[in-house]
Amino acid sequence: MNQQDLQAIRAIITRHKRWDMLFGLLGLLALMVGVLTLTVLFADMAIKGASRIDYDFLTNFPSRRAGSAGILSAWVGTILVMLVTAFSAVPLGVAAGVYLEEYAPKNWMTDIIEINVTNLAGVPSIVYGLLALGLFVYKFGFGQSILSAGLTLGLLILPVVIVATRESIRAIPQMVREGAYACGATTWQTVRDHIVPYSSAGILTGVIIGMARAIGETAPIITIGALTFIAFLPPAPYTEVFPFISFDWLTAPFTVMPIQMFNWTSRPEAAFQVNAAAAGFLLVLMTLCMNGAAIWLRYRLRRNIKW
Amino acid sequence: MSANAPPMSAPLSSAPDTVSDRLRKRASRHVKERVIEFILFSAASISVLTTAAIVYILVSESLTLFEHVSLWDFLTDTQWTPLFDDAHYGIMVLLSGTLTSSFVALAVALPLGTIIAIWLSEFASFKTREFAKPVLELLGGVPTIIYGYFALMVVTPALQSIWPDLPGFSLLSAGLVMGVMIIPYVSSLSEDAMRAVPMSLREGSYAMGATRLQTALRTVVPAATSGIASAYILGISRAVGETMILAVAAGMQPNLTFNPAEPGATITSYIVQVALGDLPHGSVGYQTIFAAGLTLMLMTLCFNLLGYYLRKRFREVY
Repeated sequence: MNQQDLQAIRAIITRHKRWDMLFGLLGLLALMVGVLTLTVLFADMAIKGASRIDYDFLTNFPSRRAGSAGILSAWVGTILVMLVTAFSAVPLGVAAGVYLEEYAPKNWMTDIIEINVTNLAGVPSIVYGLLALGLFVYKFGFGQSILSAGLTLGLLILPVVIVATRESIRAIPQMVREGAYACGATTWQTVRDHIVPYSSAGILTGVIIGMARAIGETAPIITIGALTFIAFLPPAPYTEVFPFISFDWLTAPFTVMPIQMFNWTSRPEAAFQVNAAAAGFLLVLMTLCMNGAAIWLRYRLRRNIKW
Repeated sequence: MSANAPPMSAPLSSAPDTVSDRLRKRASRHVKERVIEFILFSAASISVLTTAAIVYILVSESLTLFEHVSLWDFLTDTQWTPLFDDAHYGIMVLLSGTLTSSFVALAVALPLGTIIAIWLSEFASFKTREFAKPVLELLGGVPTIIYGYFALMVVTPALQSIWPDLPGFSLLSAGLVMGVMIIPYVSSLSEDAMRAVPMSLREGSYAMGATRLQTALRTVVPAATSGIASAYILGISRAVGETMILAVAAGMQPNLTFNPAEPGATITSYIVQVALGDLPHGSVGYQTIFAAGLTLMLMTLCFNLLGYYLRKRFREVY
């Protein structure tokens, strides 16, 4: 190999190394686009909305005057809808996940269910809204109520809960099941005493992520016809007389945080945009906290469990 | 088995079950197991019922619309004015908005998502990855209404300062923000696919003197094609189905255009617009949102099937 060839090779190596470095920078830049967006978005809403976030903002009903408008009916509505969502999606999702992992035989029926779960995860959320409009609101006659909204979001996050349940069940080693069966336990006893408890942290992670998604979902709730201007609260869940508990709130009209924010965003007056920023800041804070909790939980889980 | 066993010298329990007792217990256990299995199966079949209900609702409501409107008009008319006296039902108008905004979004999300995936999988150190993945996850967890606000209040003014002719509502700024929202979906699935490529392939490439970039582009990416393709498909169906960003930042006027610098309505934002108004149940306007939803559903179904096919066709098994 003569000197000239050697130099040519060196040039090629230098060139490729330069490309390598450039790509390293490019990747960092691409990542920064994401990080910057998140930061600017958060900061922008915090700066614009900070002046409006106080006790009155949380305890006032929406109003025609931007300065005295608040989000009381919105956050109460969000909490009630989330309750219905959690009570519908968690039992169903965990049961479905357990069935698919521990019970399901290998046949066409199981295949259909699995394909459906995957497919439902990819269905746009607004289509769930249309389903709820046709089915819950008109066919079942639930009306434009907290119940309809909660069930809609429950269906929406069902695939998330199912997938999380399955993944954390799959991480449990086979020997746990074999040990239980060897002691004469039935499948259900194994599931109840071993599989579900051991996978509960993983399931919780999935549930939190699902709920964080549900809390910010706007489109399906608008589609079922939630009102944007609600100046009253749903009936209280407790009563003075026996049986002390009432479910009237399930059928009450409602509004939720993202809808309140959407309403304010679409108004032309600048003062309402400030309200939108304040509501948005609280909303994004909630979802970031929930997502953060899920990420932290997963991190802990990965470090602590060594089967 | 215990019936034939020799009598034990000292009984373990004071009152041993008779054989029939034990059989009864076993039978009741068996029944209970069956009941529980059936309950769990019912929970799992909710997913099938949901799909069936979606298809039923969308198709049945759309069919009543197509009694008034011919399918030909629906597919070829160049105006979409179902709520006016002079009603036209050209879904093309809404489709053009959906396609244009999705195109802008994907032009942002696919390159950036792929670069991030390659970088995280092949270039970044363990620590960087531990930091970057949760941040990307948070980016995907922000509610879309927030992104809509961001597009309208921050991105549009910023674009207008460079390009003063841009209207206050545009498919461009909505699409750009939508792209950023989709990055995590693309990057996390692609990265998973790349990290599943066995180390031996990379080692082979490095042993031939390839740089990291050459290894990434010529060895890892081709080997992970099927996973990357399904990440792209997921990104596409997210873009097509995205609603709130467009409803807030793109305006809601139906507009047959492929120019991203104009305002426009998409299939999804039209549904929101109608739902915000007060349309009586059973009116033609009410049925149009189901027809629009059916179109959307068919589009995402096509993408999902395509993704399924790509996964099957290009799956590399190690």
